[in-house]
Amino acid sequence: MSSAMSLTGIGLVIVATIGIGLFGLRISRTTSDFYVASRAITPRWNASAISGEYLSAASFLGVAGLVLVNGADMLWFSVGYTVGYLMLLVLVAAPLRRSGAYTLPDFAETRFESAIVRRICSGLVVGIGTLYLLPQLRGAGLTVQTVTGAPPDVGAAVVAIIVVINVAAGGMRSITFVQAFQYWLKLTALATPIFIILIAWRSGDHPVGVLQSLHGAAAEWAEPLSTAGGRDHPLYATYSLLLALCFGTMGLPHVLVRFYTNPDGRAARRTTVVVLALLSLFYLFPPVYAILGRSFAPDLVAGAADTVVLELPSRIFPGTAGDLLGALVAAGAFAAFLSTSSGLTVAIAGVIDQDLLRTRLTRLTGGDYLAVNSFRIAALLAMSVPYVAFRVTGALSLADTVGLAFAVAASTFCPMLVLGIWWRRMSTTGAAAGLIVGGVAASAAALVNVFGAPADGWARALVVQPAAWTMPLAFITVIVVSKLTPNTIPAGTARSMVRLHTPEAVDVDRG
Amino acid sequence: MSSLIQSQLRLTLAVIGGTGLILGSIPLLFWLAPATRTFAIFGLPLPWIILGIVVYPVVYVAARIYVRKAERIETEFTEFVGRQ
Repeated sequence: MSSAMSLTGIGLVIVATIGIGLFGLRISRTTSDFYVASRAITPRWNASAISGEYLSAASFLGVAGLVLVNGADMLWFSVGYTVGYLMLLVLVAAPLRRSGAYTLPDFAETRFESAIVRRICSGLVVGIGTLYLLPQLRGAGLTVQTVTGAPPDVGAAVVAIIVVINVAAGGMRSITFVQAFQYWLKLTALATPIFIILIAWRSGDHPVGVLQSLHGAAAEWAEPLSTAGGRDHPLYATYSLLLALCFGTMGLPHVLVRFYTNPDGRAARRTTVVVLALLSLFYLFPPVYAILGRSFAPDLVAGAADTVVLELPSRIFPGTAGDLLGALVAAGAFAAFLSTSSGLTVAIAGVIDQDLLRTRLTRLTGGDYLAVNSFRIAALLAMSVPYVAFRVTGALSLADTVGLAFAVAASTFCPMLVLGIWWRRMSTTGAAAGLIVGGVAASAAALVNVFGAPADGWARALVVQPAAWTMPLAFITVIVVSKLTPNTIPAGTARSMVRLHTPEAVDVDRG
Repeated sequence: MSSLIQSQLRLTLAVIGGTGLILGSIPLLFWLAPATRTFAIFGLPLPWIILGIVVYPVVYVAARIYVRKAERIETEFTEFVGRQ
């Protein structure tokens, strides 16, 4: 692929991102604008922004890579990423918006009236965010390496620096515009090559022809539950993955922040429905890359499978047409890293700023600092941890690492939110116990994965896809401990329930 | 108030139950009836049609139905409170 053209594409995305960011900065003047864009964003803009932020390196590159190597079972990744929003919609969307919480620790503190639960949540936000940022940086490194041959550190550093500058400079308002723009850029970048391939299709080259031409060992790839690519216990793995993705989405730190920009609970629901449509449209395309990859880039199956989306256009169309399409896809990939990393950095920085930095800065400087500066320092810290982690950890497929972040979220924030919203007998001790038990179990599995999982058998299956046991464990912990400690049920539970569930049209005391 | 929460919760559980039943039975179908793993329609294997295309409109329709019913519950509640 032509590196000059692809670099131009990537450069344009960076310039556009910073440009729209600066435009947003001109608009955002006060601190409240800076954080939440004054809630002046319509459901369609907001849905584009949520989708733009959500479609990460794992969706843009990782899903196609996993399907290319492991076959039909990996289609569950994109299904789960989408169904996660349906679960978010029916379980938490409107109540969460009505809670008025801006971050997960905010929700925990108002619902459970406890600074300890708040602090546990803050730690989890940083942990899940870091686990999610890691594959974004790896994806950026991989893309720059594919395009120019430069070592992976270069691409990761570029994304890290741009994101920190953009987040520190613009805050939420600019991020909303950037994210909305990036959804449409990503969809265009992924869809255009496929449409051109389909238009120019010669017999046997189009996806259906490729699927039909697979025989023997290769045919196994196209079947579900095939253990192709060395994944044991496929039925367990499928269910566990589906649980993690369906129930992890609601606990991702950058997703909740976005919902706060809806004006009310009803708008939060309608936004989510548009998000479902936008995600569904996007996820039609990655499997097509994987299918075509089996025929045009079989060498990637045993190698850099995550680069199949980047490599395919130039493999199918040698010459300028392939270079142009390759540049478009590389630009789209960069949009994916930038948007997701920005959203995560905003979310993590918000937590670091509020819970760690601000009180200390006030003490240190005697109150002689600006709140916005504290947020800027926090943005730098938020990106530093995953960047260091990126330098010290080994290679793990993009979508697998993201899957672990979902598993931790599903085992911690999901029980806290779902039971916190729907169960009035949940106690503060129960909330803390559930977060700790689920968090320790799922994080342990994630760490074992990042630093080297068991080679095979049940041990591997349970560690690679932990959600099927860690999530029920967390739910049971919350319920059992809450039953044992009814004296720590928050005094304001009844009022919280009214605030969470009453439509805004009804005039009640919202505390 | 508690009747509002209860009817919302019933609706939520119905949607989760319905989607869970549909999605959850797909791997089970492939597991119990291996012929479905390779069965093809117009040259495309059934698993790819289901997981690559068909699930998305199903999920979208489920979301639309949920939002309509949830809003109706809230409207009725608002009117009921307003009458009092």
